[in-house]
Amino acid sequence: MDPGHDTLVWFSKSFGLFYLIALSITTVVYAYWPSNQKAFDHAAKSVLHNEDGPWR
Amino acid sequence: MIGQLTKAERQYALLILLGLALCGLIFGIAGKDDPLGIHGALIGVAALAGIFKVISVYYDPEPGDERLTRYYDDPTKFGIVLAMIWAVFGLFIGDWVAWLLVKPDFTFNAGWASFGRLRPVHTTSVLFGFGGNALIATSYYVLQRTSRARLPDQLSPWFVLLGYNLFCVLAVTGYMMGITQSKEYAEPEWYADIWLLVVWVVYFAIYLRTLARRKEPHIYVANWYYMAFILVIAILHIVNNLAVPVSFGSAKSYSLFSGVQDAMTEWWYGHNAVAFFLTAGFLGMMYYFVPVRAGRPIYSYRMSIISFWGITFFYMWAGSHHLHYTALPQWVQTLGMTFSLMLLIPSWASAANALLTLNGAWDKVRDDATLRFMMVAAVFYGITTFEGSFLAIRSVNSLSHYTDWTVGHVHAGALGWVAMITFGSIYTIVPWLWKRDRMYSPRLVEVHFWFALAGAVVYVFAMWNSGIIQGLMWRTYNESGTLAYSFVDSLIAMHPYYIARAIGGLLFLIGGIVGAYNIWMTIKTESKILPQSAVDAPEPALGGEAVLQPGE
Repeated sequence: MDPGHDTLVWFSKSFGLFYLIALSITTVVYAYWPSNQKAFDHAAKSVLHNEDGPWR
Repeated sequence: MIGQLTKAERQYALLILLGLALCGLIFGIAGKDDPLGIHGALIGVAALAGIFKVISVYYDPEPGDERLTRYYDDPTKFGIVLAMIWAVFGLFIGDWVAWLLVKPDFTFNAGWASFGRLRPVHTTSVLFGFGGNALIATSYYVLQRTSRARLPDQLSPWFVLLGYNLFCVLAVTGYMMGITQSKEYAEPEWYADIWLLVVWVVYFAIYLRTLARRKEPHIYVANWYYMAFILVIAILHIVNNLAVPVSFGSAKSYSLFSGVQDAMTEWWYGHNAVAFFLTAGFLGMMYYFVPVRAGRPIYSYRMSIISFWGITFFYMWAGSHHLHYTALPQWVQTLGMTFSLMLLIPSWASAANALLTLNGAWDKVRDDATLRFMMVAAVFYGITTFEGSFLAIRSVNSLSHYTDWTVGHVHAGALGWVAMITFGSIYTIVPWLWKRDRMYSPRLVEVHFWFALAGAVVYVFAMWNSGIIQGLMWRTYNESGTLAYSFVDSLIAMHPYYIARAIGGLLFLIGGIVGAYNIWMTIKTESKILPQSAVDAPEPALGGEAVLQPGE
């Protein structure tokens, strides 16, 4: 039941490190992926439309 | 208010309220020799009041299908009113507590008015009462507009809003009776915690159900923040409040954790409450209301995505900086410190994104106090996150920890960031919700702004001075190697700053009262006052107009 201090340190220094690096890369790639640009521009402007009521 | 409920929803509402009344009855009987009994009675009375309200509209005609062509804003309206009531109450208690530190006799010999009980009343009222209601109310509004979909039903939004307020009332009245599990920002006991969990799950379900009906394929970034707020608060709340009650007739429970594990769990919760309640939720507000009020799209949508994931994943690990120089293993402290430093990047990216959005609209910021509220909020957000990263450094923390510097830091965030962005958003939303051309008095918005800014600045500067002096006095040694000052010496040195802080808080409270009055008058007064007040106040057209033409 008790994983022990050394095991936790090992886990956080190995898996923890790599999953954060992987996550950072994924996020930046997603944000800068060229074909996403249009959707982002549209989203940024979409909130400025006049309120016309719900679609459904 | 609830006349929009369909027949089936009215029946469900009655069922829920009957269940709640039954719970109140059981707690009232089982806890008759315990403070729990009083809470049982309170739950019962609240449920009965709800039952009477629903019965009074039960035979009213059902709403027609034309309601589905509009967004459902009744809960948002009610939530805004509740938020302002909690704001005035919470700020009042906060200032009372501040004066207690100046003059401890202000408890008037009443147990419920002692510092240890009133302080959590203040924190819960402002953070959860004011902040929470503002978040729930604005999230319903933003969710519907950005998804272009109406809320999925009319009962669950009311269940969440009113259920959440029942939780807040249980919390605040409990503290006054001495009910607390002694965990900062998680003081309410097990039964209130279970109730909040039910409410929160329904809240998250509303979000998912509405998003499932959205028209826009991309989910606007404000919703990401609101969702992170709801989801992570649920996780934090469950884990930190794992506890076993003494009996079902007792308010008292014992935590599953003990010692340093308990401390770490509490501050993992506590700092992420700052992160996901006081930051992510209000960033959601910011990413919607700043662009809309300024009439300009957010400066960089990409940057908002990167800062979202940065904030979400870095904050999770920062909590251990609350436990520097404790029994917590050194590496966990260092981990918390490192992540706190890295947090500066996504935090400043968000603050910069808001300020760069306003770049090119500075004339609007100058003329429009509502937009200025939001601009100042972004500035305070930048200052506070820098200060937070700085204070998390272990050697800096050795000076600042346990001093008033921490209190100043929290209030730079709470008054400068959270309250300012909320007031800005509320002043934006109120005229739209109640179909007014603008606020009752733009001049009073201006008055509120200056009171709020002056109050926040006075407060924060007083606590910076107080905290640093306090920290230095605690670590000053004389030639013989013993402490130069006693604790009481440091208290005497604090006294002038405590007076200044209480005055700063008073200014902020006055601003809040002015704001509440202005909002109430906007709701009460039909648009017909328009021509009259246009004569009274020549400059004000600014507030409302800047936003009513977002296409410009």
